[in-house]
Amino acid sequence: MLKIENLHASVAGKEILKGLSLTVNAGEVHAVMGPNGAGKSTLGNVLAGREGYEITAGTVSYEGKDLLDLDPEERAAAGMFLAFQYPVEIPGVNNTYFLRTALNAQRKRRGEEELDSVQFLKRVREKLAVLHLKDELLHRAVNEGFSGGEKKRNEIFQMAVLEPKLAVLDETDSGLDIDAMKLVADGVNAMRDPSRAVIVITHYQRLLDYIVPDFVHVLADGRIVESGDKSLAHKLEEHGYAWIAERKLAGAA
Amino acid sequence: MSALLDSLLDDAPVATGPDWLVKAQRAARVNLRESGLPDTRVEAWKYTNLRPLSQRVLQRGDADAMSREVDAALLTLPGVEHSRIVFVNGALRRDRSCFPQAGALSVVSLASVLADDAESVKPPLLREYVEPESAFAQLNTALSGNGIVIRVAANSKVEEPLHLVFVGAVAQHDLAWSARVIVELGAAASLQLVEHHVGTDHSHLGNVVSQFALADESLLDLIQIQNGAQASTLIRRTEARIASNAVLNLHTLELGGQLVRHDLAVNLDGNGARLTSRGVFVLHGRQHVDSHLDIRHRARDTTCDVLWRGVVDERARGVFHGAITIEQGADGSDAMLSNKNLLLSAQAEVDTQPVLVIHADEVKAAHGATVGQLDDHALFYMRSRGIAESDARALLTMAFCRAALDSIDNPALLDALTTMLIERLPVTQP
Repeated sequence: MLKIENLHASVAGKEILKGLSLTVNAGEVHAVMGPNGAGKSTLGNVLAGREGYEITAGTVSYEGKDLLDLDPEERAAAGMFLAFQYPVEIPGVNNTYFLRTALNAQRKRRGEEELDSVQFLKRVREKLAVLHLKDELLHRAVNEGFSGGEKKRNEIFQMAVLEPKLAVLDETDSGLDIDAMKLVADGVNAMRDPSRAVIVITHYQRLLDYIVPDFVHVLADGRIVESGDKSLAHKLEEHGYAWIAERKLAGAA
Repeated sequence: MSALLDSLLDDAPVATGPDWLVKAQRAARVNLRESGLPDTRVEAWKYTNLRPLSQRVLQRGDADAMSREVDAALLTLPGVEHSRIVFVNGALRRDRSCFPQAGALSVVSLASVLADDAESVKPPLLREYVEPESAFAQLNTALSGNGIVIRVAANSKVEEPLHLVFVGAVAQHDLAWSARVIVELGAAASLQLVEHHVGTDHSHLGNVVSQFALADESLLDLIQIQNGAQASTLIRRTEARIASNAVLNLHTLELGGQLVRHDLAVNLDGNGARLTSRGVFVLHGRQHVDSHLDIRHRARDTTCDVLWRGVVDERARGVFHGAITIEQGADGSDAMLSNKNLLLSAQAEVDTQPVLVIHADEVKAAHGATVGQLDDHALFYMRSRGIAESDARALLTMAFCRAALDSIDNPALLDALTTMLIERLPVTQP
């Protein structure tokens, strides 16, 4: 589904990703873990198409297409979704209206029928129940005045409604208490299916107790330096990221 | 003197009315001849150059105003279908108006009031304008005979909104028209008034002075929609005196016109008086729209809450001057002013100037103004959800404006204004 090869990306002349490679197949859940400053958020932003990142080398293919060639809205319509680490407040734009506009824009681009308000609300009700979100959030402006936890849950709610093929969760667990984290995990797990894939970017192992990954990768200094199954996350939790650096040094020696 | 004033004041007929009015007209003419139109050295006109206007030669009034064709579609506005007062090129057109049924609301032409009960409009008509900056108000006094007097009896709540339309209609020559609006709300009275400027295909100069007096505990909901002809010049002065615990809720939407100036002068005269002012200007082409607010807290515990939004595209220029003065003795006053602007093109310009002068104690006051572009983070967020960039821009721009309109207490009208705004927002055009 997604194949990243030797990706180099820089921001304001500073190289952040230094040859990152990662392959994600449909049905898989991948966790990307790493210390602060390793390039985790850059990975999410580059995949979603945020401006300000210069791709100096490497390729990203998504379902056989060159992902880097697509506008953010084209990526969304093709099934990409980024759950933001810092969801943006948009005063004056109603949450429900925003989501319906987004969903219908994607459907239109894909040549599908747009949903009328009855069909749309039916879908919204189904998804709200899974996330235990208050109805009231729907009537407010996008993320405006939401608590940190509400913002993150709203991201997952948007994901649930938009039903992407590939979801990238950028530190969705940061700032969440354990109950909110379980709700977020429920939302993600409800979406798991053989045709979809998820990349969970996180600093801590904790979320992975609830969203159990098929693969765990360690991102350090702009590269995947170690890959393994879910047990790798536990080792990291036990030994800390310094352990990776030591292992690398030992390997080099 | 300028070509414009020459063309308008020479041989101007004297009003038929009481001596004091004739005297006031003469005085205004003398004043104008002496001081002329203000230039940009006058602080209040710093950003609006009147030189091109002052060189125009215009016909005084419209002798054929009563027979001008007016497209009915121009006059209709959802949410305000019941009573309508229509002026065409400054003249009251009874044939196109629908006066409200007699009751607590009285709507009478200024001419009739001058004939029957002139003393009752003496204070507003004798309001002196001597400052060089109020040349157009003087011109209004010097020329006006046209106008309307709207009164609401004490303790009466007028249920249906009143629609007051000023139409600029095509004529053989470019002309200057003027009109005077006098509105008085009795104690604890309430009214929703929609002042609406429309027009097509002309470049007239319109000059409207509106004077509002709100008695104790009264409530005026005033919605001003300026959608004048593209090439027109429109100069308006809105004055309000607000007595104890009375409230003026004002929404101002500036969309049309080539050269537009609106002076809003509000005196919070009584304890607990309150002004809420919401405004939006959306400009493109070479429009120049100057909004000049002068709000005075003159009594204890008075409140003003001012929030204006500007969207300026192409080579247009928006000017916003928001001055709040808290006078001595107006203790406990609460003043808030915010003006945010979006610049959508490199050639567009906004000059915004919040001014706060405080001479009282224990007041709460805050003001701020910004000029910027659409929020890139919000744009990317919306695009990452699948919304095309142009649609995301339109949605954000609309949301930016809606913040100043959402409080309009008339859902059908709010819908219509939203539609009007969407049509005007430059970003939605292909």
